[in-house]
Amino acid sequence: MTLALIFIVSGLYLGWLLGTNDTLNVFGSAVNLKVLNYKTAAFVASLFILSGAIFQGEGTTKTIHSLGYISKPAIAFTIALCVALVVLILVKIKLPVSTSQAIVGGMMGWGIFVHATTDWNLLSKFILSWILAPVIGILLGMLFFILMRGILKRSRIHLIKLNSYLRIATFIAIALAAFGLGANNIGNVVGIFSNLAPDLSIDFGFFTIGGIQILFLLGSISIVTGIYSYNWRLVSERSNEILSLTPEATVVVLAAQAVVLFLFSSSWLANSLASVGLPAFPLVPVSSTQIAIGSVIGIGFVKGSQEIEAKTFTNIGLGWISAPLGAGLLTYSALFIIHTVFQFPVSHENLQLEFKQTEIQNLASHPPTLNMVLPGIIFLSAVIILALIYLFFRQQKLRLKAEKDILAQQNQLFLSEKAMNELEMKTFAIENESLNLKLLVKRKEFMDIALNISEQISFLEKISTGINDAIKTPDNEEREHRLNKLSMIIKQKMSFPQEKKEFYMQIEEIHKDFHLKLKTSFPDLTNLEKRLAGLLRLNLSTKEISTLLNISPKSVEVARYRLKKKMNIEKDKSLNNFITNL
Amino acid sequence: MFNFKHAKKSIEIIEQFLGLIDQGSLIFKDGVKNYLLGNKENFQDNLKTLSNLSSEADIKKREIENILYTQSLMPQLRGDILKLLEELNNIIDLAKTNLFEFDVEVPFIPSELNQDLIKLTELSVLAIDSLIPAARDYFVNPGSVKEKLHRVYLYEKETDKLASSIKRRVFQNIPQLKLSEKFHLRYFTLHIEILSDVAKNAADLLSIMALKRAI
Repeated sequence: MTLALIFIVSGLYLGWLLGTNDTLNVFGSAVNLKVLNYKTAAFVASLFILSGAIFQGEGTTKTIHSLGYISKPAIAFTIALCVALVVLILVKIKLPVSTSQAIVGGMMGWGIFVHATTDWNLLSKFILSWILAPVIGILLGMLFFILMRGILKRSRIHLIKLNSYLRIATFIAIALAAFGLGANNIGNVVGIFSNLAPDLSIDFGFFTIGGIQILFLLGSISIVTGIYSYNWRLVSERSNEILSLTPEATVVVLAAQAVVLFLFSSSWLANSLASVGLPAFPLVPVSSTQIAIGSVIGIGFVKGSQEIEAKTFTNIGLGWISAPLGAGLLTYSALFIIHTVFQFPVSHENLQLEFKQTEIQNLASHPPTLNMVLPGIIFLSAVIILALIYLFFRQQKLRLKAEKDILAQQNQLFLSEKAMNELEMKTFAIENESLNLKLLVKRKEFMDIALNISEQISFLEKISTGINDAIKTPDNEEREHRLNKLSMIIKQKMSFPQEKKEFYMQIEEIHKDFHLKLKTSFPDLTNLEKRLAGLLRLNLSTKEISTLLNISPKSVEVARYRLKKKMNIEKDKSLNNFITNL
Repeated sequence: MFNFKHAKKSIEIIEQFLGLIDQGSLIFKDGVKNYLLGNKENFQDNLKTLSNLSSEADIKKREIENILYTQSLMPQLRGDILKLLEELNNIIDLAKTNLFEFDVEVPFIPSELNQDLIKLTELSVLAIDSLIPAARDYFVNPGSVKEKLHRVYLYEKETDKLASSIKRRVFQNIPQLKLSEKFHLRYFTLHIEILSDVAKNAADLLSIMALKRAI
């Protein structure tokens, strides 16, 4: 058993190569278009490749097996290794290689080496399938694309909703295509190792898998390993090298692949067709890449455009020739070395006899059954418990993240409110300051009024006493002198020097900014000019200004003219406007 | 995983957004008419409504952006769609700004130009009105987008022609206007005309997008 596992390694390596290359045709385009993410697509593809291989892989495996009677594990190992090396080289030089064609080439190399009679009937089935598969791919590509286009045109589905439908369709199409790939291509991986299948069957309760299916399981695990060991960042790059599709075309191509792979791998379909007397599709591994390219060509036919570059056709042609030829030559050379150097018995008749004996032995023996019901239940329970724990912690993590986000938002809100409050406080402080100033001015005004009243009273008392004294004076000259003196005092008082001084002081206090600006912008202005500017800012008329300044209106005009000149204001501009906007 | 809930929500918001642009263009037309005919109160109402519509359109656009990016909807097309919404949003923003210009600058418009300016506004708005159904069709029936866009190009061309004729009239046939007033009128003609130009830019983008979607 251990020896068989060692020999099967080359087949598993071939499976790994298939996983890194052919599976890209199944989900590469969907991932590239971001219709599905890589993890989901790879998981779905892996699951269905496993299912396809286990439940429907027998048909193609039997066909590959019937190409040559290989009972010696060492020979099967050599052939699989040679095929894998050829596939690896062709992949490295970027040729679209078909593992199926390579494996047939390898078997042919083996057949020629042991001088076996070629089964032309079987070989023609292979060649016919390789031609038929892309041709059916073209036809199905055309048919599905016409259907898809018709449905989309008639249904008038909104683009965003269509996107969701296409995601579902892609998901299903990937699953079906992966199932087909697993069923059809597992023969390439383990077909030549069929007689190494363990003599064992495993009962899972719902279903039982035999020895050959255990072999399929191993092969499909190697394909899945290939999917996961591939650098997913290169998926888009690799996908673009082969095909660049729209989401609609991706569904069409995948559906065509799924159908063609199913046609060439379903024993049930073959039996059903045969039972009604119709020719059955040969159960032969075909290339998923060639089917995909075929369906893209079909889409191109419908659209009236060439979707595939001429270079791709050349590469496919080169792949067609080099894969079987290279694998055949390498296998022949490897077997020649083994035979001549190690004296390994490689004779077809002997091997065929040996093979038949093994077959009879296998049929006669009843394989032991391994009951996996209890371990299966335990395993499933463990998986479910682990999944629940994972979901619980994930939920907790999400909840904590959401709480953290809310906290951060609240913090932000608090900071904004704080800033707003500070701003309001500042506004209040400024308002208070301005109110205080107003209060101060008002107080001063009241004080001034009170002082003014008392001063006026004392002045009027002084005048009244003076007049009384003058009346009482008998001497006319003396009386006239006293009255003249009183008249002078009254005239002096009429110029209101104290009031005017206070008035100007108040104006300066109220228009502090203006006076400061005036002082800094025009430092050469005299006091009279500054006062004039202040009065002009109050929008007083010339007459009012002349009264306040105790000069004639004419002098006010002259003073205005001088001020305008000192301030360098153009002739056609108004002095009042200039002062108001200062 | 398939996002049907978010898809439905984003479809609704896109529909509301297109409705806002449509309404915005009509309000702009009404606003210009009211200004020209001297209905100041109605004009102020139009200004206020257009301003509200523009803010609402901004919010809707951001909502769509948010859903498309956070829910990974249509990763291969969302860039184009968001660009289209941006262009459409520009139209309503521009309409609002232009109506505000009328309110702030209060251009003097001789009554003899009223009819021409009203027609210019109508043509410009018709270009926008023809764009909205084409944008709607992009989402459900991309095949018919191109034929609907023909109207946008036609109205844009007609707007250009009429704007040139108005400008020529202002500078050559109305001598009583001051040069500053002529300049002012030229700018306001441009303000109205530019809406159709923006609609044309959006139409260019839309026609490329429709081509990309054709399967």
